[in-house]
Amino acid sequence: MKIKLWGVRGSITTTGPETAYYGGNTSCADVWEDGWLLVLDGGSGIQKLVVDNQLANKRIDVLLTHLHLDHIQGLGFFKPLFDASMEIHIWGPASSTRTLHSRLSRYLSPPLFPVLIRDLPCSLTLHEIGNSTFQIGPFSLQSNYIIHPGPTVGFRVTGNHSVFTYIPDHEPALGRNGMIEDEQWMSGIDLARGADLLLHDAQYTAAEYLNKKGWGHSSIDDAALFASVAGVKHLLFAHHDPARSDEALNDLYAAFQNNNYTFKNELAREGMEITLP
Amino acid sequence: MPAYEIEIILNRQLADCLSIPAFITDTKGNLIFYNEPAETILGKRFEDTGEMPVEQWATDFKPFDENGKQLSPEELPLVNTLQDALPHHKTFWIESLQGKNQKISVTAYPIIGRTGKMSGAVAIFWKSTDV
Repeated sequence: MKIKLWGVRGSITTTGPETAYYGGNTSCADVWEDGWLLVLDGGSGIQKLVVDNQLANKRIDVLLTHLHLDHIQGLGFFKPLFDASMEIHIWGPASSTRTLHSRLSRYLSPPLFPVLIRDLPCSLTLHEIGNSTFQIGPFSLQSNYIIHPGPTVGFRVTGNHSVFTYIPDHEPALGRNGMIEDEQWMSGIDLARGADLLLHDAQYTAAEYLNKKGWGHSSIDDAALFASVAGVKHLLFAHHDPARSDEALNDLYAAFQNNNYTFKNELAREGMEITLP
Repeated sequence: MPAYEIEIILNRQLADCLSIPAFITDTKGNLIFYNEPAETILGKRFEDTGEMPVEQWATDFKPFDENGKQLSPEELPLVNTLQDALPHHKTFWIESLQGKNQKISVTAYPIIGRTGKMSGAVAIFWKSTDV
């Protein structure tokens, strides 16, 4: 399984020299296995995603964790959507009131965007998911609703030999006393349990989080605690705060390293490529 | 053990912030969480008991009506909610741990998340001021 991160910034794009190392594009990652391609989220990073001749067929599956703008703002600039020969499947969380098509159309329609979903030339299929399991080529997928404002899921992607868990927006510590360290009572834990790689929200410092409860995100400390309980092998801290420069991110991580977690962990960086067995 | 649905987890986190007694059950009526104010009614601490099967915790209450007639489980709001997945409310009496009769009101509501599936129920108790 090969993974590449195309956007790891949270909330809004932040391009500029001060964020050039970790990157300023919002959430997007690709996952390859046996010539099949999954695209996780459609943030601004998706516009750079290259679909070359590795693709074994004409199908691409785009999996959206939720429909906040920083996770869909790049969709309209994803070239395969405008290619009539392509078969595109978009998977997104179901709402109890409106269809995925209706909610996506709020962005992919005038006045916010010039092209309507129905006018996209590709063969497009939308899939509504919740607490679901499904198969895409060699990938077995599990989605679960997780704690974040509005319908939001995380994904557990199981390939031929490894597991990648993708939870870029998540607030498992929401509550009076923070996270309940009991697997039965932890949002998202079933997705992350024993994963080879976990990409997880770590937007805030622990001090910042105290004033941002309910906004849907995690501190770097809570992300690490979650990963520790889940027993993941490698943790990527993501959804970097747009106000944080590369230097500030390095400082944040240096302070965090005082913790003695034994699993591998690092800050996610735009352009990062990881190969899992 | 798989995690509870997030609606259950969020209800626990909410109950943990409340000053009124709150009980959370799964769809079978097993008590999966009760908050600190509820501990004073049960006379037990969640930290000590953990989750309790329905047959264990239901017998701790001795509900009765204004005539002193014991109420059957089918007359209690939480049981009604678990049966029909709708909110229910009732005012009745229970015998307190000190042996005193106490008039209480109970409101129960179902926990039904975005999947449309009921994953449990919540009952909140408070001392009734009904005449």
